[in-house]
Amino acid sequence: MNADKIFKQFSSVMAFSAIGIMILIVFVLVTQSAPVWQEFGLDFAFGSDWNPVEGRESYGVRPYIYGTLITSFLALLLAVPISIGIAIFLSELAPPIIREPLSFIVELLAAVPSVIYGLWGLFIFRFYIRDYIEEPVINSLGDTIPIFSGIPFGLDLFTAGIILAVMIIPTISSVAREVIYAVPATQKEAAYALGATRWEMMRTSVFNYAKSGLFGACVLGLGRAVGETMAVTMVIGNTIGAQALPESLFQPGQSMASIIANEFNEADPGSLHPSALIGVGLILFFFALIIQLFSLYLRERSLKVGEVLD
Amino acid sequence: MSNIKLKTESLNAMFNGQKAVDDVNLEFPKNTITALIGPSGCGKSTLIRTMNRMHELTPATDATVEGKVVLDNKNIYDSDVDPTLIRRRVGMVFQKPNPFPTMSIFDNVVAGLKLNGLRDKTKLREICESSLKGVALWDEVKEDLDKSGTSISGGQQQRLCIARTIAVQPEVILLDEPCSALDPISTSKIEQLLTELKKQYTIIIVTHNMQQAARVADTTAFMYLGKLIEVGKTQKLFENPKEEMTENYITGKFG
Repeated sequence: MNADKIFKQFSSVMAFSAIGIMILIVFVLVTQSAPVWQEFGLDFAFGSDWNPVEGRESYGVRPYIYGTLITSFLALLLAVPISIGIAIFLSELAPPIIREPLSFIVELLAAVPSVIYGLWGLFIFRFYIRDYIEEPVINSLGDTIPIFSGIPFGLDLFTAGIILAVMIIPTISSVAREVIYAVPATQKEAAYALGATRWEMMRTSVFNYAKSGLFGACVLGLGRAVGETMAVTMVIGNTIGAQALPESLFQPGQSMASIIANEFNEADPGSLHPSALIGVGLILFFFALIIQLFSLYLRERSLKVGEVLD
Repeated sequence: MSNIKLKTESLNAMFNGQKAVDDVNLEFPKNTITALIGPSGCGKSTLIRTMNRMHELTPATDATVEGKVVLDNKNIYDSDVDPTLIRRRVGMVFQKPNPFPTMSIFDNVVAGLKLNGLRDKTKLREICESSLKGVALWDEVKEDLDKSGTSISGGQQQRLCIARTIAVQPEVILLDEPCSALDPISTSKIEQLLTELKKQYTIIIVTHNMQQAARVADTTAFMYLGKLIEVGKTQKLFENPKEEMTENYITGKFG
């Protein structure tokens, strides 16, 4: 065998190992969570009871699905306008002298370890949120709008959503910037030639051309938010069971990732508890997979818009 | 009353300080077609891009202009002129057809009108129909107005782009090698169209194709290395050029 052949086989094995790892993960998640599915059936996915005490064991994931979705969508709501703004500024408006360093700093936000965001949220940010956002909002709107009711605490779904927003801004803005950057100059000129202002050009040419790619960028951000563990665990408040289904954003909750992080250490191997946590992992994995596939599909579609023109 | 719609006076256009158009003085009479010819890189595309202030939008370079472009006795580079209003009066068609791919044929045609704030549906439909008829595309696409602007052939796309340009009723139409990406049949359709359109508009066309200039243009200008070498009645310029350089170019000795 010559060196080329060895090299080819070596790299093929490496490439296929990715598929192997994927299959193993699914296999482990399914087989290890099987006991809890057998015991509770679909109630495991839709129930809201969570009790690991021996003899009274009961597991339902609904509150954590709720926590994950609420915090992720809240994050998206906050992060999308900011990220799109960053992307537009970096790709269209910023002079080259600012563009490079600013892109670098935005990307650097992604390099900050998750636990640092958690520390910041836990020790500093929560007090600002509690005193300057939650308290006034609860006082003025709490009685009329249930999602703004409760007692200001600072470690809750709302804070988790904000921390997540900061964490997904680099993801969304860098993908969005690439997508906007890929809009051909001819498309922009088409709008300018019709007498469009810069903003009208963005609306007519860029957003229309790049909309599915931009949507894909947001979905990718959602994917990150759904799986994010450490920072969320530190600020979400960590209630369990039905308590983790608050009607207010300003109450503590729990996400799928954070319940696993909180309880894996104390799960008794003889009980259903480990199986339940792995079951939560399976559901989380399922969510992440769907979101990732959807994002890929959208970005592919955005690129196809360009192919039509060539 | 002057018959000159547009003229350039001592016009220079630069990229990062390098001159691409060098001291050009040209006049474009109303309701005529003027062709700009010359070898690649001679500055003819840059020249027409100064006439609707597109030159300054060229990405990633410092594109500047000196001198005047006078549209109806007003220099469009005066500081009190809004370039977006100039671009509504001076329309442009590009080398590669560039319809908006995510918009329908209808929305493509009326894109400029919508930018102008026209929302009246019946009015939009009327103008869409007359514009598409104006470019002889109506019969080919009238059943497919809601299909994507890129679902039609390249030649149809280019006519769609011309329809989009005339829908806003500009006074001048600039065409930057509009047929270079098209087959001969589509090309001849567009050429016929131009002779039709000049009844209403003042047309300036950049072309690589000398036969095309000879077929459609009333006046032809030959440029070389950013300078205007010669301008004259098309027939005269092709049959009896004054400058040796022009003769060398049109007889194919260089370029």
